[in-house]
Amino acid sequence: MRLPYPALLAALGLAGALLFLASLLVGPAAIGLSDSLAALIHGQGEAVTLVMREVRLPRAILGAAIGAALGLSGALLQGLLRNPLAEPGLIGTSSSAALGAVLAIQTGVSAAFALALPLAALAGALASVAVLLLLSGPRGSTLTLILAGIGISSLATATTALILNLSPNPFAANEIIFWMMGSLADRSMLHVQLALPFLGLGALLAIPAARSLDALTLGEDAAASIGVNLRRLRLLTVLAAALMVGAATAVAGAVGFVGLVVPHLLRRACDARPSRLLAASALGGAAVVLAADVAVRLIAPDRDLKLGVLTALVGAPFFLHLILRTRQEGL
Amino acid sequence: MSGSVRRSERHKGWRALALAAALMLAPPAAAEVPQRVVSINLCTDQLAMLLAAPGQLVSVSNLARDPLASAMAEEAAAYPENHGLAEEVFALRPDLVLAGTYTSPATTGLLRRLGVRVETFAPASDMAAVRAEILAMGTALGRDEAARAMVAQFDADLAALRADPATGPRAALYYANSYSLGDKTLSGQILAAAGFRNVGAEAGLSIGGTLPLEVLILAHPDLIVSGQRYPGASRSEEVLDHPALAALGTASARAAMADRDWICGTPYVLRAVRALRAARDGLTE
Repeated sequence: MRLPYPALLAALGLAGALLFLASLLVGPAAIGLSDSLAALIHGQGEAVTLVMREVRLPRAILGAAIGAALGLSGALLQGLLRNPLAEPGLIGTSSSAALGAVLAIQTGVSAAFALALPLAALAGALASVAVLLLLSGPRGSTLTLILAGIGISSLATATTALILNLSPNPFAANEIIFWMMGSLADRSMLHVQLALPFLGLGALLAIPAARSLDALTLGEDAAASIGVNLRRLRLLTVLAAALMVGAATAVAGAVGFVGLVVPHLLRRACDARPSRLLAASALGGAAVVLAADVAVRLIAPDRDLKLGVLTALVGAPFFLHLILRTRQEGL
Repeated sequence: MSGSVRRSERHKGWRALALAAALMLAPPAAAEVPQRVVSINLCTDQLAMLLAAPGQLVSVSNLARDPLASAMAEEAAAYPENHGLAEEVFALRPDLVLAGTYTSPATTGLLRRLGVRVETFAPASDMAAVRAEILAMGTALGRDEAARAMVAQFDADLAALRADPATGPRAALYYANSYSLGDKTLSGQILAAAGFRNVGAEAGLSIGGTLPLEVLILAHPDLIVSGQRYPGASRSEEVLDHPALAALGTASARAAMADRDWICGTPYVLRAVRALRAARDGLTE
């Protein structure tokens, strides 16, 4: 059974909306359904309102926005590199963004100037994609892409660990796990304000890239012959992905595999057309991260189980399956 | 061993011993009194500095000099520091090593195999344990008399400070990563001694654990007690600046306490109780 494309988008959107609601209603403080909605919408009950508006709402917004950004970035990078294994976590974009964020925090720059945090993460993400393109070439074979990704990601993770270990702050060293695995616990509206403009800008940049990515599936020469400016396309796509991965990682750490699994699941329903896959992956990514964030609160309410643990548990087997398939296809 | 010593020297030795015994005020244990004591744990560092005879304590750990963690950072500067490594500790030729029960068993095991006496001290979890630790340290150092005097002083000071928590204001211990402590912990007992009811315990914590931000907000504590901030930055501490906490405003007062008085079971916990009493008086005004 195949869903028509608009129905697919509607179904993904509905799933996202329901999971958004679930994210608002699930939490360690047991608040009744009607109480929590009354507090959220009408501001009834001072403390409950505070919990709903300042603790749960930012968490749900960030879950949806970051999930959408990760799904969209995965679809963008896969379209650009024409490789189903291109994913921000696997090719080192997320860990480089985390390195940028850690640098901004540990040097104290982000305390003096809040925007420095997403900007530094963006710079880290951009640098990693630039290095990746240099190493693997614009058409990067799967092997060079993954190997370059392993190298970049190991280097970024090790540097992050080094900085956090050298920090005078006793808590910093324990946060390596947050930067590697990601979490939305105790984020606030400040983080929403910080991340949302960057995520939105990245999504906007993806729109003009969508059509060109469709043409690119025919090959670079064919795409160029029908008027696609490849340089501009590359720049747009890389900038969009870096903006989204950078801002997402700056506030939530590196949440892996969302950009891999979501486009993979939706590719057939989108006729393998990148332009369709972008919107579907954004909606699907939002649903997946919201679901993961609800799950971590249900599985271990008092442990701050990391988001990336769940996404990797689901995503890593997918990744292995994809490797097997690309090998069978002789790539 | 004394049999091999010549008569005049032996006489001198006895005199020195008698002098030492008089100094240590503990004649019966004098025969086994350690002369070169090395401490490799923050809490034993402080107890040993408080109780050791002059010259008896040879080295304390580097943590004892950290003014954020140690209540006796200034005193510790007078002692050579060690880093708790078996090799450097053994090189100091100690006849007694003081460690915590959570000190790496590899370190204490190696020292014991090398023939060094190692005494371990458990972290104190209540006021009774603080008394017991002081007395145990006195015995280990051959300074029972000084330890008993310190405990008597501790008891008197605590009794003077203690307030009844049954009807007192409600306070939450709230640290980085939303960590809180229940009543079966030293911090919980400090809170109780200052006459506060513990919101963490109400939320079901008996030892340490997470007190989620939203649970804290709904609990309406009269006072939120946090530790001091550490240099450098961390995501873990960000929750202490969460806008939702700021929005609680005057409904929940905030107090930042110096961690150094809360970490170890030493008489310095009384400073923590005193600071909390002051915060409590501020609430009722």
